[in-house]
Amino acid sequence: MKNAADWRRSLTIGLAVLAGLVIYAYGFQVTKINLGETRSERRQTQLVRILRALAKPDLIAYDATEVQINAAVLVPCPAGGFTPSAPDSSGPYLVVTPACTAPGAEVKIEGFNFDPDTSGSLSFIPPSGVSLAMATYQADASGHFVLTAKLPKRESEEPQYVRTITSRTAGGPHLSQNAKDTWEKIIETVFLALLATTVGTALSIPISFLAASNVMKPIASSLTSVALSLLALPVGMALGAGAAGQMAAVRDLLMQSTLVPVIGLVASPVILFSLVRWALPPEEAVRPALGMRLARLAALLVSALIGLLIVYLLSSLSVNLGRGIALSLGAFGFLGLFISGMGDILGTSLGLISALAGAGVLIGATGRLGEFLAARLPTAVNKIINIILTAATGAMLGGGIAAGLNWLYQFKQANAVLWWFAAIGSGLGLITALRLPASTPLPIGSVIYTLTRTVLNALRSVEALVMAIVFAVWVGIGPFAGTLALALHTVAALAKLYSEQVESIMPGPLEAVQATGATRLQTIIYAVLPQIIPPYISFTLYRWDINVRMSTIIGFVGGGGIGFLLQQNINLLNYRQASAQMLAIAIVVASMDYLSAKLRERVI
Amino acid sequence: MPSTDQVILKIENLTKIYTGTVPALDQVSFEVPRGQFLAIIGLSGSGKSTLLRCINRLIDPTSGTVIFNGMDVTRANDDELRRVRRQIGMVFQHFNLVHRSSVLTNVLAGRLGYVNPAWALINRFPAKDVDKALRQLQRVGLSDKASDRADELSGGQQQRVGIARALMQEPAMILADEPVASLDPVLAHSIMQHLEQINKEDGVTVLCSLHFLDLVHRYATRVIALNAGRVVFDGLPKDIDDHRFKEIYGKEAERVG
Repeated sequence: MKNAADWRRSLTIGLAVLAGLVIYAYGFQVTKINLGETRSERRQTQLVRILRALAKPDLIAYDATEVQINAAVLVPCPAGGFTPSAPDSSGPYLVVTPACTAPGAEVKIEGFNFDPDTSGSLSFIPPSGVSLAMATYQADASGHFVLTAKLPKRESEEPQYVRTITSRTAGGPHLSQNAKDTWEKIIETVFLALLATTVGTALSIPISFLAASNVMKPIASSLTSVALSLLALPVGMALGAGAAGQMAAVRDLLMQSTLVPVIGLVASPVILFSLVRWALPPEEAVRPALGMRLARLAALLVSALIGLLIVYLLSSLSVNLGRGIALSLGAFGFLGLFISGMGDILGTSLGLISALAGAGVLIGATGRLGEFLAARLPTAVNKIINIILTAATGAMLGGGIAAGLNWLYQFKQANAVLWWFAAIGSGLGLITALRLPASTPLPIGSVIYTLTRTVLNALRSVEALVMAIVFAVWVGIGPFAGTLALALHTVAALAKLYSEQVESIMPGPLEAVQATGATRLQTIIYAVLPQIIPPYISFTLYRWDINVRMSTIIGFVGGGGIGFLLQQNINLLNYRQASAQMLAIAIVVASMDYLSAKLRERVI
Repeated sequence: MPSTDQVILKIENLTKIYTGTVPALDQVSFEVPRGQFLAIIGLSGSGKSTLLRCINRLIDPTSGTVIFNGMDVTRANDDELRRVRRQIGMVFQHFNLVHRSSVLTNVLAGRLGYVNPAWALINRFPAKDVDKALRQLQRVGLSDKASDRADELSGGQQQRVGIARALMQEPAMILADEPVASLDPVLAHSIMQHLEQINKEDGVTVLCSLHFLDLVHRYATRVIALNAGRVVFDGLPKDIDDHRFKEIYGKEAERVG
């Protein structure tokens, strides 16, 4: 006996099935499924042709020599007739009957010993040497053919020839040009994946901490400190970049001689080491006096400048050294080029690194200053300071956004936009400061966490292939564009996977290390890192696996690697060549799959 | 500023409310004189762990104050908190060692409150700290295990590493959160004897939450009992009679120790 609930259940299921059917029917139409097409003879012959070509990858080639095969005829027939000399029957040969005849007459041409099932063309060669097309032949399975063809109306007293040219293989098999190209490109592909993975990994590790809720969520700061830190960001970057610029200038000065930079490179690490040793004593029972702390701060600043100078010198020297030895190393010249390339990268990125470091240091310092002010100042004073700082921060952020918009959209009234945005920003800041209690901690960690996650999600939703298109426009078609695209996509994907590992660590050791009085940095190094290293390695290998797979097709959009060759051959209908590339991809992907699985097994 | 005050820890109206309105700690107040071995008892969920973690602010209390060595812990900034925490060793029920690190590194972690944080970047400790760590390992009888990975050790050995880590801090006080609850009774006594030795010989104050009353009778010089976040008993272990027992553990509880 069915009750109402059962009926309703049956009805719901029936409707769901019906809805599913409709969805599928629509999908059927949209995807243009047409089985008639797969059965049509034309399509099937094409398929067979392609499959047969794919089954014979173009890997092996033989050297070929062209052989002329001639049969003499006399036109017109002389009085005594004409008997051509007996053909060499060890190879393919032609017999023309009759051997002499009138111009324009039909003759029977017979071919023997040709390669089975091959075809070719026959031409008539008069004494002038020009080639007149006569007919095409198709040899049967035993290499024999018979045909009749009309001779051209050329008369001569000398013998004229019916000729065909066949190619004969000579020597042993060797790798075809296609196989060599495939090898070169597959190597490029594997290294493209390797570089993209290493660069991506190096960038993802710090980002993954910003995207881990258990690290970020507990971080909270007072409004004073947040506003001060935000204001410090551009100032710190400018200071860092300025310091780097100054040190680059000192480097240029030193580089005018050859000996001074080398001496500097030897001497400055010693100075740096002793300064750092003095400024960072390993352990202190009591907090030193203010003067001492300031002196140490100054020492650290000087060390930072010396450090910058050392890296600049190192970069210049390695550029010079690399270029110098690249020529004398011969086959290993790429090592010299690598050294000079690394030096160049180091020198170029140092300004940015220094700017970021400057911002980091200043943000840290102003953050502490903000906390100090928020804790020590009377509420009313703190409130006033907050209002001023937040309004300034709002104006700065608004101005920054406006500058970005101006750059993108090239507004006509750029200045007006700038002022309006700055005014609105500062107004919003003012309201924030007025509404928030002076010393409430703001969940700044959560904000950074959410921002990082959002950016990563957005990046991850752009396929690496699409990124490759953009990079190919920027740095030109080639493996460099592919490396950049894959590296960026790796950052987006790995940072998320990594951060989930950080989130799933055991909280116990973390708690224990915090309880000893460890700072945040120490806690991460001693309690978090040991726990996340195995999964990090495992995910990196997994990502390498994915990157190898991606790099095989990134060439389709101009990202270099084997995909470029494959696409070219497919477009030119060179299916046998394409087959070799597909084979190479399959072998590399399968072996990477196996290798990374084995390595991951070992790590965990 | 180590104070010569006889009271090392003073807790006033300490309250912690996690979510909602039910407090995990409800207006807890007591004082601990220097050198005491204080046992904290109560049912699971009575607030023992929360109380211990509020003392070194692994958990931020909702209200109330904790004064350690004359310093207001609840109002300390990051720097002051670091200085407070490094004087308070902590031992955990699940040992909380970093499994993949060596025993020596785990013990050295006890110095993190003292060493310069910048040195963590190159993962180095001063030589005298390494010597000290080896001595502490010797003291807990594990000197031959220094280079083993922490998770290769048995439970009792792991807890001894945990104690060595706490001792590295040269603590004025040790917080032990059910240090023997995951160990069998024989090992439990060995661990408790280590704590007793530290308390008697080094004069380190010990706050230890415990489940078994026989351990309380054997080792503690004073007992505080919590029930639903409130202090329901504060006195000598021998004063816990059957009537008190029912007050602490509820009417249905059966006394085993």
